[in-house]
Formats: sequence, C-alpha cells, structure tokens
Amino acid sequence: MIAENPTKDYLHAGHSVSSWLGTTDHKRIALLYLFSITGFFFLAAAAALAIRIELLTPEGDFVSAETYNRLFTIHGVIMIWFFLIPSIPTVLGNFLLPLMLGAKDLAFPRLNLASWYIFLIGGLFTLAALIAGGVDTGWTFYPPYSTHFAESAVVLTATGIFIAGFSSIITGLNFIVTIHTLRAPGLTWFRLPLFVWTLYATSLILALATPVLAILLLLVAVERIGGMGIFNPLQGGDPLLFQHLFWFYSHPAVYIMILPSMGVVSETITCFARKRLFGYKSTAFASLAIAGYGFLVWGHHMFTAGQSAYSSLIFSALSFLVAIPSAIKVFNWTATLYKGSISLDTPMLYALGFIGLFTIGGLTGLFLAALGLDVHIHDTYFVVAHFHYIMVGGAVMGYMGGIHFWWPKISGRRYNESMGRFTAIITFVGFNLTFFPQFLAGYLGMPRRYWQYDPSFQAYQFMSTLGATVLGLGYLFPLVYLGWSFFRGPRAGANPWEAAGLEWQTPSPPPKHNFSGTPVVNEEAYAYPEYPG
Amino acid sequence: MPILNTLDDQVAASGAVGQFPDRMEERHASFMGMWAFLATEMLFFGALFTAYAVYRIHYGEAFTQTSKVLSVFWGAANTAILLVSSLTVAHAVRASRLKRKAECGLWLGTSALLGLLFLGIKIMEWATDAREGHLPWGSLGFNPPGLHPEAERIFLNLYFIMTGIHGLHLFIGIGLLVSLAVRMRRNRLSDAPELPVEIAGLYWHFVDIVWIFLYPLFYLAGR
Repeated sequence: MIAENPTKDYLHAGHSVSSWLGTTDHKRIALLYLFSITGFFFLAAAAALAIRIELLTPEGDFVSAETYNRLFTIHGVIMIWFFLIPSIPTVLGNFLLPLMLGAKDLAFPRLNLASWYIFLIGGLFTLAALIAGGVDTGWTFYPPYSTHFAESAVVLTATGIFIAGFSSIITGLNFIVTIHTLRAPGLTWFRLPLFVWTLYATSLILALATPVLAILLLLVAVERIGGMGIFNPLQGGDPLLFQHLFWFYSHPAVYIMILPSMGVVSETITCFARKRLFGYKSTAFASLAIAGYGFLVWGHHMFTAGQSAYSSLIFSALSFLVAIPSAIKVFNWTATLYKGSISLDTPMLYALGFIGLFTIGGLTGLFLAALGLDVHIHDTYFVVAHFHYIMVGGAVMGYMGGIHFWWPKISGRRYNESMGRFTAIITFVGFNLTFFPQFLAGYLGMPRRYWQYDPSFQAYQFMSTLGATVLGLGYLFPLVYLGWSFFRGPRAGANPWEAAGLEWQTPSPPPKHNFSGTPVVNEEAYAYPEYPG
Repeated sequence: MPILNTLDDQVAASGAVGQFPDRMEERHASFMGMWAFLATEMLFFGALFTAYAVYRIHYGEAFTQTSKVLSVFWGAANTAILLVSSLTVAHAVRASRLKRKAECGLWLGTSALLGLLFLGIKIMEWATDAREGHLPWGSLGFNPPGLHPEAERIFLNLYFIMTGIHGLHLFIGIGLLVSLAVRMRRNRLSDAPELPVEIAGLYWHFVDIVWIFLYPLFYLAGR
C-alpha cells in the first residue's frame, strides 16, 4: 500500500475558485459535473414528485392539465439530457478513465473543461425556459405540435439541449482518443477493465448519434421561428421524417445511459465476488454489439405511426437481436457470482439490484418490440414502466452503485456502510413499488401522459406514489451521508475494497498527476486470486 | 502508429509532452480527434442529406424545376473557388512540414481569402434570391417559382438551411486559417508547426467536400 500524502492530492492542489473553475484536471472536472448534474437531478425529481402527487387521485386537482404537461416534459428533458446522458460518463468516466488507463489526464484536457462550460450554458438555457413558463411538448418535441401549436418555450429549451449536445460530442471524442492513445505500457485492449469498454461503446454513440439530434432541434427551431414547412404536413412536410431522425438519436441515447452502468456492474461484481469476470471477451464485444444494434432499431418507436409494415417487420426483428448481447452480459455476471466469495457491501447491493431490474426492463422491451402486442400497449403506462426499469432501475442504480464503489477513491473517505446498505435496499424496494404497478396499469389500458384517469386505476397510481416517496428518500439519504463523509468520514486508504484495477493503486484521493510514475501493466483485468472451488 | 505497450516506449517517455508520452503520440491523438470530429460532422450533415433524399423522392419533378431558379454560373464559380482553396491549403500543409513558415502563412492567407470570396458570392446569391421572392419564410413575400408551391418551399428551405450551415462551417474554417497564419507570423507556434496546420487542413477539405455534394444536389438537379 502506498502511503497517504494528504497535502498533494487533487482536492488540495489549490484552493482558489479559479483553481476549480479553470482546472484542466479530469478529477476536478468530474466533481464540477457531479455537482451540476446532482442539481439537475433533484430539479427533475421535484417535477416527478409533483406528477406523482397529481396522480394520487383520478381527478385533476393538484395542478392544471397545462401545468401537468409542462411537469412531465421538464422531468423528461432534464432527467435525460442533463442527468442521465452525462451522468456516468462525465462524473465517473472523467474521474476514472485516465486512472484506469494509467494516464495523467484525458487526451484533450482543455476541451474537457470546455465541455463542462458548454453543458452549463445549455443547462442555463433550459433553466431560462423553465422560468419562462416551461415547455409542454413532451421530451420528444414531435411536430407539428412543437413547431406550430405549442404555446410554450420550445425554442429556448431546444437551444439548451442543442448546446448541451456539443458537450456530449466533445466528451465522446475525448474518450475515444484517450482510450486509443493513452493506455499505460502493457495495457492492451483485452486487459482493459470492462468499464473502459463500455465507455468506449458509449462514446461512439455520443459522437455519432448526437449530431443528428442537434440538426433536428435546429430544424424544429427554425421551423417554429420562420414558419418553414420542413415537418409540417400542411406545407408538404413529413412529420414522420422528424420521428425517424429523432429516434435515430434517441434510441441509441438509451444505450448511452445503460452501457456505462453495465460497466460499473462488471467492476463491482468482480470485486465483491473476488473473481475474474466470466466471459471477459464476450462481455466486451457485447458492449460494442449493443452500441451497433442501437443504431438499427429506431423504427420500433413508430410501429403505430404510419410507418410501412415491412419496415416495422425488420425493425421488430432487429430489436429482438438486441436481447442477445444484453443476455450475454446478464449470464456472464450471474456466472461470475457462481462459487464466488461474495460480500454484500453497498456497491454490490446496487449491482445485484441492477441485474434484476435490468433483466425485467429488457424482457419487457421484447414485449414492446413484438409488432402485434405493441399495438395494444403502445403509449400506455407499460411503456413508461419499461423505460423506467431501464433508465432508473438500470442506469441510475448503476450510477449510484458506481458512486458508492468509487466514493473512497474520489473523496479519500469512507461513508457509513449501514446507511449505504439500508439506502440501497430501500431504493430497490421503492423503485419496484413505483414502477411495477405501472406495468399492470398499462397493460389494462392506462395511457401515458394523462392528467386525469379512470378511477379503476387509482390503486396502481397510489402504489406508484407511495413507492416514489420511498425512492425519493433513497436518493436524499446519500446526499446526507456522502456529504458528511466528504468532510468527516474516516480515511479510506488507497484500496479499501482490496479491488484490482489501476485506479486503486494510487492514494485516495489521487495526487494531481494520478501516479507517481507511469504504471506498467502485466496482467489481465480483475486478477483476483481464484479461490479453490 | 505504434500503440504504447512496450518498456522501450516507457523509457522514451522522458520526452513527455503534457499527458502524452512523446510528440508522436500527441500527433496521433490530434489526428484521431479531428477524424472522429469529422465523423460527427458527417452525421450532422447526413441528417440534412437524408431529409433532402426523402423530399426529392416525394417531389422529384418539383425539385428539378425549382433548382432552375439558382444560378449555375455562380454555383460553378464557387465550386471552382473552393477546389482551388483546397489546393492552396494542401500547399500550406506542405510548406509547414518543410518548416517554411513565411510561405506557409502566405498559403494560409490565400486560402482564407478564397474562402471569403466564396462567402461573398454566396451572400450575393442569397440577396438575389431574397429580391426575387425566393425566401420561403413566413411573411417575407414568398413567390413560388412554379406550380408546386409546397414542394418548392421545401426545396428552398433545404437550400437555405444546408448552404447556410455549410457557410457557417466555412466561416469557422476561415477563422481557423487566419488565426494560424497570424500565429505563424508572430512565431507563436511550437517547433512542430505542421500539426495545427494539418489538422485545420483536414477540416477545410471536409467543408470543401460537403460543398461538392451540395452543388449538384441543388444547382444541377434540373439539368
């Protein structure tokens, strides 16, 4: 173990405001992102809370229909573009990628800082839109409603997302180049931790899908401002073209959210089962396969939108294929647990929760990819439940697990382990209580985005609101005990989990330049000693 | 380009450049960054080309008719200007590799001037279009040139958006070349001046290639 040197770590290498706001240190930029996206998360969560209060009763009595539309739109817009998309890549990715590669920093440190400022400017535009009354189109911005009829801050919001998109692109490019060029001596591609593989796959999507969204939002904005008819059927435009381009980005975007979480799970499972990952290569290639297939399945969002039946058939078949690499991962993680020496620390509880919830989310995705069944459950709470199982049960559980796993590395301190475990468990319970009833309500016909509903659905909605309250506590507690730990927690030491991986071989928190010398790698990832079966 | 994985390379790392072990790796990373960025740009324009393709299939006849309102002469002139500018940029890259800084600055300046000439002609074309009522927006007095006002409106929408975004890219390119030329003149570039010139050159050629597609799609569609 390397001795601690608390005076020279990245947290203490300069205390001025400019040493933070002008930093090019990937670790400090990760913290800047952590604070920003945490703020956005709780803002969007507040919108969700208001939605859940409204839905307690079948009548629309808490907010007006108009306000309700704005609430679910702002919830979606901020959660997706200002929390989920940046979450793991910009916080854990920024912090860990150079450490895992044995590098001093990312390939383009100044661009990395620029990406945070661009993200922040995009966020300010979106907040300005919120102050200007919000936006009521749903996060999908479908024309012609968004371009010709909506009486809300569409252009301002679209501008915010457009700007934030460039921050995504820059992060993606930076990660791709870094992984190619800054691996430590001996760190070959197949010795990389799987978290790096998932970041690589994610970065490919960030770099190749985001520009399509950018141009699309630009078209929506100019159509709205100038009355041009690119997507307006009354002016000869094709609204379906918008949907094609939108989902060409937005379907891969789901994999931007879930892939890094899968990486976190691979790191966590191996550490807390004290085993090498079962099927390293198949897990690595599964990440690339998910990223690749992700670009070929967008049409499954348009089965009922008037798309040709032959297109739908092919999109349906391709969507089923995504299940294969996803299942490979789930089976590999499960096989890793087999005969492992398992300890159920906080990060492990999140990882196990992820596997269960992701499996449900993935399998219900197959329901939706089936042409016939989709007609019945399209635009119902079934869809809402499905994508929350992927995005919250999958992506956010992975993010929370990752934060807990690497917290001692980031802060140099331990948190209260019992609080951590308790929170992981109530998050899991609260999540299921919130979203499982929505599968049932959706299957029985409860449409999404409705402000009032048939009283027969009230029991399901009540359970959801109850669960959301528990889930909310699961997100508030870490704010308290991690915040406390940051200043008062006991020192963690370099490697509190006794984990493999380069990031654990430098002090916690790491020194400004990460390693005292360039590390040399001569073994594969997850080199945990195998226990005799 | 060798991937850094031997101990020899680690020894060579004594000549580290920032986070890079050596200058070769910095060069490798810079090129890869620009190529990856150009892939992003391809998808950016790709969405617009997709929109063009969809509407060309919907409204083929009207598209070819409307394209006749554009001036082939000025379109062709601009194509020639951009192609020549790519040649001058290639000369700038060559001069930078030979460390001939003054010559390189001259070529960069020439290329930037050609870019400005292109933009000047483009703006003149847009102004002519506006005078003749071809601006397809709101209450700007759109005067459809033919019998399919909706399709003509979409053609002209796409024309203004795509050439506009291309023009913006060119404008950024001109800024890049000018700043490089100035830094070259003031000797502000490192002892490897060819790296930023080559990177900016890649971008310039890309913007040129986009125009190579825009020109036939809009100006030659009806001929």
